[in-house]
Amino acid sequence: MTESVNPEAQMNEVNPEPQYEVFDDPVSDVGDLSQWQLMRIRFSKNKLAMLGLWGMIVIYIIVFLGEFIAPNWYQYQNGDYIFGPPSKITFIGPDGRFSLRPYVFATTTQLNQETFKFEFTEDRTKKIPVKFFVQGDPVSVLGFKTNLHLFGLEGGQRFYVMGADGLGRDMFARILVGGQISTTVGLIGVAMSIMLGAVLGTASGYFGGIVDDMMQRAIEVLGAFPQIPLWAALASALPPISKDFTVVHRYFLITLVLSVVSWTGLARQLRAKVMSYRNADFTQAALAAGSTDWRIVLTHMIPNGASHIIVIGALSIPGMILGETSLSFLGLGILPPAVSWGALLRDAQQVSVVVQHPWLLIPAAAVLITVLLFSLLGDGLRDAVDPYSI
Amino acid sequence: MINYIFRRIGYMMVTLAIIAVLGYLIVELPPGSYLEFEIARLRQQGGNVSQDQIKALEIRYGLNDPTYVRFFKWITGFVRGDFGESFQYRQEVKDLIGQRLAFTISISVFSLLLAWGIAVPVGVYSATHRNTIPDYIITVIQFLGLSIPSFLVALVLMVVAQRVFGQQVGGLFSDEFQNAPWSFARFIDLLKHLWIPIVVIAFGSTAGLSRIMRANLLDVLGMQYVQTARSKGLKENKVIWKHAVKNAMHPLIMILGGSLPGIISGETVVAIVMNIPTVGPMYFNAQLNQDLYLAATFLMFLSILGVLGNLLADIALAWVDPRIRFE
Repeated sequence: MTESVNPEAQMNEVNPEPQYEVFDDPVSDVGDLSQWQLMRIRFSKNKLAMLGLWGMIVIYIIVFLGEFIAPNWYQYQNGDYIFGPPSKITFIGPDGRFSLRPYVFATTTQLNQETFKFEFTEDRTKKIPVKFFVQGDPVSVLGFKTNLHLFGLEGGQRFYVMGADGLGRDMFARILVGGQISTTVGLIGVAMSIMLGAVLGTASGYFGGIVDDMMQRAIEVLGAFPQIPLWAALASALPPISKDFTVVHRYFLITLVLSVVSWTGLARQLRAKVMSYRNADFTQAALAAGSTDWRIVLTHMIPNGASHIIVIGALSIPGMILGETSLSFLGLGILPPAVSWGALLRDAQQVSVVVQHPWLLIPAAAVLITVLLFSLLGDGLRDAVDPYSI
Repeated sequence: MINYIFRRIGYMMVTLAIIAVLGYLIVELPPGSYLEFEIARLRQQGGNVSQDQIKALEIRYGLNDPTYVRFFKWITGFVRGDFGESFQYRQEVKDLIGQRLAFTISISVFSLLLAWGIAVPVGVYSATHRNTIPDYIITVIQFLGLSIPSFLVALVLMVVAQRVFGQQVGGLFSDEFQNAPWSFARFIDLLKHLWIPIVVIAFGSTAGLSRIMRANLLDVLGMQYVQTARSKGLKENKVIWKHAVKNAMHPLIMILGGSLPGIISGETVVAIVMNIPTVGPMYFNAQLNQDLYLAATFLMFLSILGVLGNLLADIALAWVDPRIRFE
């Protein structure tokens, strides 16, 4: 791109009154914008990608303020509300007129002596208003202790937006808090595998020869291993859970080890890219000017591949979230008492239980929405860094 | 070409040898051995286990030998078709895995075929009808397919089937055929059950494949030789299917080689959820219970499948794309 600008600049010196063509479309203004600015413009034009970006920001905020947003503490066990259904909401006030303030019905619990199941009856005449900023269970939000909740019922009454699980715990609170682990625990693994892939892929593409041969074999071996068995083996090899070695530590270790396996995709793609840069004129010029290999790799190869590396990173985050879900579902990843979306879905493993209490499947919707938004974001990034699109 | 195939098979052998060593180490990695489980189980049943009994068990399973001796015993047996004995089932591994491996291979292959059969036409359609309403609908479905893990699809399907149709979905046989000998009726019953896991597993990979197909075809359609083909008056159908699609398929074929291990992993979780007797769930239990030879043999077979898939994909690629050189 810089080559194409230079002759224009020379022409400007010759011609005292340069005539510029004015473009409405900023993307056509190639000479004035850096590669990164172009990418940003292309990205912000993609509506789906922007939806993904803002959606992700909103999800991270909701999830990390989860203890405050949910009306109940996520570990609070309500013995009277075991497998309780989501509270029904009405916008018809006690005076029989429509109101903007939602109301919930008072519910009473009775144990059915024949089936030994709890039965919940709503008192249709007793309506309790849902209010903002009510006092409730003491929780800690991002380290701050508070007993204020975004919304809920006053007077110690409880409100279950998405029902309760088998121990009478608020599903809504558990989904929000579970998201804290689900959306973050894979990030470090992704970062590690990106680092490994970038370094090894660049090295084997640049140096070729024996280094390249060895890496090709390594990629082939790692690619042929089915992942789930590997996780099963690693999970059973790790030390048991104790006070110093929590479930999250354990899972963190697994993701680290897994990043040792999952770098191969990026490495393979970078290798191909670097190989083509290796023969490009700018590399030959740098070699002729006496640059060392290190300098060429650091100042020419890595910056050229940077956009590609970022895209692969963004696209592999949804995979990590799905990985956490499957593993915790199998009982290999996050285990109770820690909560994550996969660990919550483990409660939904028995079809007969889910058929009676379908709200146990709501964490699946959380996974679906998050992964969808992340995929849109990654897809938009990929289109944005591709200089040939648009 | 023949030369190329032979050299690739040579590489494959080296890869498999490395996988055998690594895989065996991974299987043995967890602390403790099956013997400890066994002793705990015997103690639980009330009997006291004497030192002599423990010794006899140790000798029987070769647990006193160092790891490398056990490995060589196992791998030399493996090559001869003797895979050792499962601790858990007290049976030859060979007898345990045969049918399960057949189910795994048929489910994987059929879901691959189904995924490809749907993904290629759908990808071509949405690339040639870019930015039309059907294309948008297809894109949304593709993203949904990529965002939902297949075991959740299975779970939702089972719940819906039971809630709406009152029907149990899962397993591979109805109750009356569970232990019946093979017959035509049992085969039909198998087919009635088999399609559900195949569709569930194919769902996710169809979404991914058709997305890639669409992107590749869009790249190829912008090339000059496609313009040339159009300007010399070829019918649009011929331009697309004979000129563009043929070249857009190459990356897809490369992916095909690597997709088998992924499908098997996905199949494992689906099989656990849907209670299907394939390799996955049994391997999973074997690994968790330290059933050494059973787990190692499974891992080896799954890896052989993966490596074979790669080899076949490379050969297919060389066959489709004459520009690939066989040096």
